Amino acid sequence: MSNVTRTPFVRLAKRTDIDPRRAWIIRVASIVIALVLGCIPMLVTGTNPVEAYSVIVQGSLLRPVYFRQTVKIAIPLLACALAIAPCFKMRFWNIGAEGQITIGAMCATYFALYWADRVPHVMLLLIMFLAGVVGGGLWALIPAFFKAKWNTNETLFTLMMNYIAIGIVAWLQGGPWEGRQGSQIIPKFADAARLPNVLGVHIGWIFSLVLVVLMYFYMNKTKQGYEIAVIGDSTNTARYAGMNVGYIMMRTMAISGAISGFVGFMIVAGANYTLYSGVADGVGFTAISVAWLSQLNPFAMIVISMLLAVLDKGSTTLQSRLGVPASVSDIITGILLFTMLSCEFFINYRLIFRGRAQDKEDGK
Amino acid sequence: MNLLVTLITAGVTFGTVLMYGTLGEILTEKSGNLNLGVEGIMYMGGAFGLAGAFYYEKAVGAAASGPVAIVLALLAAFVAGCAASAIYSFLTITLRTNQNVTGLALSIFGTGVGQFVGEFMRLSEGGYVALSNHLKDSFAAAIMPDFLQGIPVIGPILFSHTVFFYMAVVLAVLMHLYFTRTRSGLYLRAVGESPATSDAAGINTTRYKYLATIIGGGISAIGGMVYIVTTAGCVWNHEGLSGVGWLAVALVIFCIWRPLNAIWGSVIFGAMMIMYLRVSLPFMPQQLYKILPYVVTVIVLIFTSMRNSRDKQPPASLGVNYFREER
Repeated sequence: MSNVTRTPFVRLAKRTDIDPRRAWIIRVASIVIALVLGCIPMLVTGTNPVEAYSVIVQGSLLRPVYFRQTVKIAIPLLACALAIAPCFKMRFWNIGAEGQITIGAMCATYFALYWADRVPHVMLLLIMFLAGVVGGGLWALIPAFFKAKWNTNETLFTLMMNYIAIGIVAWLQGGPWEGRQGSQIIPKFADAARLPNVLGVHIGWIFSLVLVVLMYFYMNKTKQGYEIAVIGDSTNTARYAGMNVGYIMMRTMAISGAISGFVGFMIVAGANYTLYSGVADGVGFTAISVAWLSQLNPFAMIVISMLLAVLDKGSTTLQSRLGVPASVSDIITGILLFTMLSCEFFINYRLIFRGRAQDKEDGK
Repeated sequence: MNLLVTLITAGVTFGTVLMYGTLGEILTEKSGNLNLGVEGIMYMGGAFGLAGAFYYEKAVGAAASGPVAIVLALLAAFVAGCAASAIYSFLTITLRTNQNVTGLALSIFGTGVGQFVGEFMRLSEGGYVALSNHLKDSFAAAIMPDFLQGIPVIGPILFSHTVFFYMAVVLAVLMHLYFTRTRSGLYLRAVGESPATSDAAGINTTRYKYLATIIGGGISAIGGMVYIVTTAGCVWNHEGLSGVGWLAVALVIFCIWRPLNAIWGSVIFGAMMIMYLRVSLPFMPQQLYKILPYVVTVIVLIFTSMRNSRDKQPPASLGVNYFREER
C-alpha cells in the first residue's frame, strides 16, 4: 500500500512529569536567549552590548540611590500583579488594572486635596487608602457585573474602562482640580497626605510584601481561593458543585480592583505626590505580564517585577551614559516576555523528531 | 452646516488612520485571534513607513517621486506589521501562549521598536528627520479632480481626501466581499467561530489563523504610517500616535466586526477625537469628549451581549487558543 501516512517531521508529546530542575534550566535559558537577542538594538546603535548590560546593572542595582529607585518602580508592578492574579486564575481576563489604578489614585487624591487641613496625618492616609480601595473596587465591579449577568466580553470591556478612567482624570487635571489656572497640573499634596519613607523608599514596599504573603494564602489556603481555581478550570463544574459563579466573579473582581486601587493610592501618596492622567503609566499592562510569567505564584512575582524594574531603571542610565535610546528597555522587555512565554511550551511539550522517534519505536 | 463639513472632513483625516488599524484587526479577530498588539504594530508601521520614505529620498535625492515614495512607505509599514504579527502568530498558534498576554507583550515590544527606530533616525541624522516639502505634499495631496472637489458640501466631504482614504474604503469593500462572498472567507469565519468544527471539516485552521493574523497586522501597521505622513506632517511623533491602536481595538467592537461599518465608524470616531477643538457644548467639558468613543464602545458591547442576537456577536472563539488534542 502506498498511502501509508508518514510520520511528520516533528511531533509533539505532552510531558507529564518534568524534572523541576530541567524546567528551571529551560526558564533560565529563555532569559539568556532574550538578553542575547536584546543585543541587536544595541549593536545597531554601535554600542558594545557587554558594556551596555553592565551599565544597566550598575545603573539600577549597584548604588543605594539607584537601587531605591528600582525598588520604587517594582512596587506598583508587584502589587498590581498580585491584584491581577486571582482574576487570571479564574480565567477572567481583567486587563483593566490600568484604569482601576487611575480611579484608585483619583479617589485618594480627592481627600489629599480637600481634607488635608481637616484631619491628622495618619487618619488622612487611612481615609485616602480606603477611598482608593473602594474606588478601584467599584470601577472593577462594573465589567464584572455585566460579565456575570449577560456574559459581556470582559477583555474588551475592561480595556475600554481604562481609557474612560484616564479621560476622567485628564478632565479633572485641566478643570475642577487644576492648580494654577491654565497650568493643567493638579497641585502637589500637602505633607500630611504623603506616605512616610522606610529605608529610603516609601512604606508601600512593606505593604506589598505583606500582600504577597496574604495573596498566597488567599489563593492556596482559603475556600474562596479554591472556588476561584475551580471556576478557572471549568465554570460548569463550579455550577454543578453549587457555586454561584456570577457572585464569585464579582467578588473576585472587586478584590482585584481594590488592590489595584491601593496601587493607585501608593503611587500618588508615595511616589508622585500629585495626580495626572498618565498616573498608571502602563503599570496595569506590564503587571499582567508579571503575573502571567510568574504563573500566578505571588513569590515569583517579586523576582519578575524586580527584573523588569531593573531593565526599566537601567535603561534610563544607559541613555544618559551611552546615548542608547531608553526605548531599548521596552524592546528587551518585549523580547523577554516573548521568550519567557514560549518557554512554557517547551516545558509542557516534548518535540519528537522523525528520525529519533523511529529509532525508539524500533526498540532503540 | 459649514462646521459640520469641516468636522466630517477632519474626522475623515484621523478616521483613515483608524480605518486601517480597525480593518486589520477585524481580519485578525475573524480568525479567532484577539491581537492586543495593534498599538505596537501601528507604532512600528509609523516608524518603518517613515523610514522607508526617508531613506528612499536620501538615496535618490531631489529626483524622488511622490508615488514611488508612497508605495515604498506602504510596503515598509506593511512588512513591519506582518513581521510583528508573525511573532504574535507563532507564539499563540504554534507555541500556544496566552493571547492577551502575548498581545500586550507585542504592544510593549512594538512601541519600543517604533520609538527606537524613530529616535535612532533622529540621532543618526543629526537631530531632525523630515521629508522634503515636495514629498510631504504628495503624501497629503487630494487625488480627486478639481471639479469634483469644487462641488459645495459634497465636494469637501467626499472628494477632498488623500489617496490613503480611498484605498482604505476599497479595502473595506474588498474585505466585506471576501467575508461574505467567497468560500475562503466563509472558512476563515468558521475558524474564528469554532476551530474544532472547522478542523473536523478538513479546514487547515493553522494556516487560516496564521495568514489572517499576519496580513491583518500588516494592514493595521499601514494606519500608523498614514498617521505619520498625513496628520503628523512626516515627522516621527510618538505622542500623537499613542492610544490610536487601542482606539482601533475599540472601533472593531463598535463596527460589530463588519468591515463596511468601519468606513463610517472610523469617520465618527475620528470626528469625536477632534471634536473638542471645534465644537463646544454648554453642558459638557471639552476634555470629556475624548472618552466618548470608549463610552460608546462600552454601550455597544453591553447591548450586543444583552440582546444576544447571533449575527452581532464577537467571533465565538475570540481570544481562545485552539489545540487539537486538548478538547
